[in-house]
Amino acid sequence: MSTVVLLLFTGVGLGAIYFLVASGLSLIYGLMHVLNFAHGVFLSLGAFLGFEVASRLGATTWTGFAASLLVGALAGAVFAALTERLLVQRLYERHIEQVLVTVGLGLAAVALFDGIWGTDPRFISGPAWMGRTTSVLGANVPNDRFVAILVAALVLLGMVLFLQRTRYGMIIRAGVENRAMVTALGIDVRTAFTLVFTIGGVAAGLGGVLASHYFGYVSPLLGQTLLIFAFIVTVIGGLGSLTGAAIASVLVALLQQFANYYLAGTGDLAVVVLLAVVLLTRPSGLMGRRA
Amino acid sequence: MTSASPCEDTRAGASLTAEPVLRVRDLQAHVAGQQVVEHVDLDVAPVGVTALLGRNGVGKTSTIKAILGLVGRSGTVELDGTDLVPLPTHLVVRRGVGYVPEDREVFAGLTVRDNLRLAERRGSTHHYDLVYDLFPELHQRGGQAAGTLSGGQQQMVSLARALLNDNQVLLVDEPTKGLAPRLVAEVSRVLARAAQVAPVLLVEQNLQVVRDLAQHAVVLTDGRSVHHGPAADLLADDELTQRLLGVHADTGDQGRPADPEAPA
Repeated sequence: MSTVVLLLFTGVGLGAIYFLVASGLSLIYGLMHVLNFAHGVFLSLGAFLGFEVASRLGATTWTGFAASLLVGALAGAVFAALTERLLVQRLYERHIEQVLVTVGLGLAAVALFDGIWGTDPRFISGPAWMGRTTSVLGANVPNDRFVAILVAALVLLGMVLFLQRTRYGMIIRAGVENRAMVTALGIDVRTAFTLVFTIGGVAAGLGGVLASHYFGYVSPLLGQTLLIFAFIVTVIGGLGSLTGAAIASVLVALLQQFANYYLAGTGDLAVVVLLAVVLLTRPSGLMGRRA
Repeated sequence: MTSASPCEDTRAGASLTAEPVLRVRDLQAHVAGQQVVEHVDLDVAPVGVTALLGRNGVGKTSTIKAILGLVGRSGTVELDGTDLVPLPTHLVVRRGVGYVPEDREVFAGLTVRDNLRLAERRGSTHHYDLVYDLFPELHQRGGQAAGTLSGGQQQMVSLARALLNDNQVLLVDEPTKGLAPRLVAEVSRVLARAAQVAPVLLVEQNLQVVRDLAQHAVVLTDGRSVHHGPAADLLADDELTQRLLGVHADTGDQGRPADPEAPA
């Protein structure tokens, strides 16, 4: 029982991190039809800069942790906004070129991080409470799981409120449905494009800081490794659907954790099998619209 | 039909010679590397309805989309002395071009109210009074997702989005497509009213609607404009209509079955 509870919390915690990456990917694809292969480096940059700030302010203090989240989010936002403005927007509607430029940016940024921070993982420490465990139904759950889940839940809530309550949110929802018609109403969707990238960057930057605590380290490849699973999550959830991304994040992470524990470390394989099953039975994903 | 057509407006006769509101010259359009409009010249009269006619697949919808910049285009499209061709779609529209697309294209996941709010164009007054006067039903169904409306109601949303703003010209693409006869009459009545607010370029297969509304007609064949003139003259000439449109003028619809759509 306690093992199941621990796997549940660990799985949902990992799902929270997947969601923070996948939500941006899904919104970006939904609105702009761009597969952003550089999304993982937004996360890595957030993690590295968060780590730097936390170690200067005191990694074991709550102030340091809060500042690392803030800086991580900001770094992700700025990097993502610049990527959209300087690279992606120039390749509007040229999808192959967009893939090439984001793949290239991903490789270049990882090499840059290698150069600055080295290829070895940097081990992270946080406030003492985050390293301890809390007993839930007999299982000792590491506290950083709760923080990841809480932050991801707040990000999901914030995104939903933004999409439902604001004019830009309305433009984004309408643009995911039918971008051409949005422009035909006299709306410049390019502002919405930059905004969606920025929001995705914020989520990825937060995800970076949380992932470095979850795994205990940050390395230049952290983001791009998570990106693979985030893409799988996005496809399973349905490209363009935020709710789909949230559900699929938790589903994929739980499957991965349980398969790793009970089926001799076959978590990654189980995820790929799930992806295949979803693609065969519901090609547009759990919550996706028909293509 | 139900309402007096703007034909009876005395200015309409004069508009044949008056400056056109929209002047299209040598328009070409391409979609995915394929040329879909070869050479279109057309003038939209400053008053009333100009019909854009032709058989299926001759490039009527592509011409409308090319005017808006929704497809790749070249040539000139002059509105009020400005060439629209170098402008991106949203700036074309902000100059006062209202668009009612083929197949309505309402945002299914947004409420009726949000569909209208999204259409509020900056720099324009928003004529909710006109819109709710024409379509009281949209007021009652404001909170309903547009995707759950019937085809006729979705057409109302689509027309309302365009009529909400001040327009110099309205581009209306097959507004009666797939509608039951009662709704065709309703749409026709709305268009007559719309044409009093702004001149209309209308793509329409139902020749009875064209007869009721249009003063001028432009006919396309294979991506080229091949005929310009008063709509009444074209429709009175059975041989000409047969040759250009593939129908007898008196049978009305150009052989397209209307799906009977139940009004909710």
